[in-house]
Amino acid sequence: MRTINLADVTAKIKEMFIDACENIPQNVLDTIKDAEKQEESPLGKEVLGKIIENDLLAREKHLPICQDTGVAVVYLTIGSEVTFTGDIYEAVNEGVRQAYTEGYLRKSVVRHPLDRVNTKDNTPAIVHVKVVPGDTFRIDVAPKGGGSENMSVVKMLIPADGVEGIKKLVIDTVFNAGGKPCPPVIVGIGIGGNFEKCALMAKEALFREIDDRSPDPLACKLEEELKEEINKLGVGPMGFGGRITCLAVKVNVYPCHIASLPVAINIQCHAARHKSCTL
Amino acid sequence: MLKKISAPVDPEEIKSLRAGDTVCISGYIYTGRDAAHKRLCELLADGKELPIDVKNGIIYYVGPTPAKPGRAIGSAGPTSSYRMDPYTEPLLKEGLKVMVGKGSRSKECKDLLVKYGAVYLSAIGGAAASISETVKECRVVTYEDLGAEAIHRLKVEDFYAIVTYDSVGNDLFEQGLEKYRKV
Repeated sequence: MRTINLADVTAKIKEMFIDACENIPQNVLDTIKDAEKQEESPLGKEVLGKIIENDLLAREKHLPICQDTGVAVVYLTIGSEVTFTGDIYEAVNEGVRQAYTEGYLRKSVVRHPLDRVNTKDNTPAIVHVKVVPGDTFRIDVAPKGGGSENMSVVKMLIPADGVEGIKKLVIDTVFNAGGKPCPPVIVGIGIGGNFEKCALMAKEALFREIDDRSPDPLACKLEEELKEEINKLGVGPMGFGGRITCLAVKVNVYPCHIASLPVAINIQCHAARHKSCTL
Repeated sequence: MLKKISAPVDPEEIKSLRAGDTVCISGYIYTGRDAAHKRLCELLADGKELPIDVKNGIIYYVGPTPAKPGRAIGSAGPTSSYRMDPYTEPLLKEGLKVMVGKGSRSKECKDLLVKYGAVYLSAIGGAAASISETVKECRVVTYEDLGAEAIHRLKVEDFYAIVTYDSVGNDLFEQGLEKYRKV
């Protein structure tokens, strides 16, 4: 058995959220730079140029890329041969608390959805735990902004809707969102499982690297076709019209009930911030 | 075409702006988002005076991050504007001329801009670090308890924005789709 000190988890979470908010992943920046080259609309090109300029400035001056430093989403992948003493959720929340209060990040969480009083330290985080064989301890974090999250949907399709039904749902969702989620977006899609599983998969799809491809041949084909079709919509950077509406489409799949075809679409803005580490 | 605008604004100049124009704003503007707008409109509904003078003014929909030492403001990009649609008319009635945010708004909101000779501008969503460089001063005017959602008065220099809905009913989002939609 390997012992993990929860104080190390707290320190790592703090460091990762500050880092994520200030430093766009290089492969995301490279993808935006490619998009700028491809964009046909002069205004769209100008907008992408300003986004690139912003991301470089944020990195250079250690400023948050976006003022919406999000809700703290944390995935913990814990090996069955790892032990720790204490409350791991509290260890994560303490890291989030320190990152947001000491790291000059915005506190965007209210304690109750109806009374809407700010918790003033951005806790609680949304924590997902996965248990795997071995002695690994992996942390994945993403500050998730509200503008793009608000454009996300879950829909229980039926088997007869098939691939065409899924495509229509995705394309309508991205089109109707227009400029609101800060396009160019990344579209995370979960297909299968059940009501809650598909939503989790859509989120997990957004944690994938922007330049990877699904190992599942059907999902991979759908990713390519959807990206092409979304980029015909004309929404363009920030919705002002143009070729580049999405930077990537990520599809995760899971077995499901014979009667169901659950689909969740989680939209991510161009500030696709996430970090990973292994303790 | 890039136009220079000073704030508070000249109402005639605002009426001359057209969807697709880019502007650089210099002067004093207010910030406000969901919670602050709710309070302002409750005051007006009760027949009370506003704590800020919005006549010929600009409201920027933003909730910045806390300023790091030595900086006027933290990262300060726009938030989605449609959430402020229900609060728009009472402020236009008070003489507000410019709103700055991101994303589309309701048909009713667009019609109100024509009725009141006002415009809706977009700042670039997510370009929050760059935008913070154009803010030279920032102070809380009211509703300090709202934290990032408090109303701040900003002194800006060459704040970049794109005219999205103008005062004669043009819509840059619709124009963009017409030009680039292939389906």
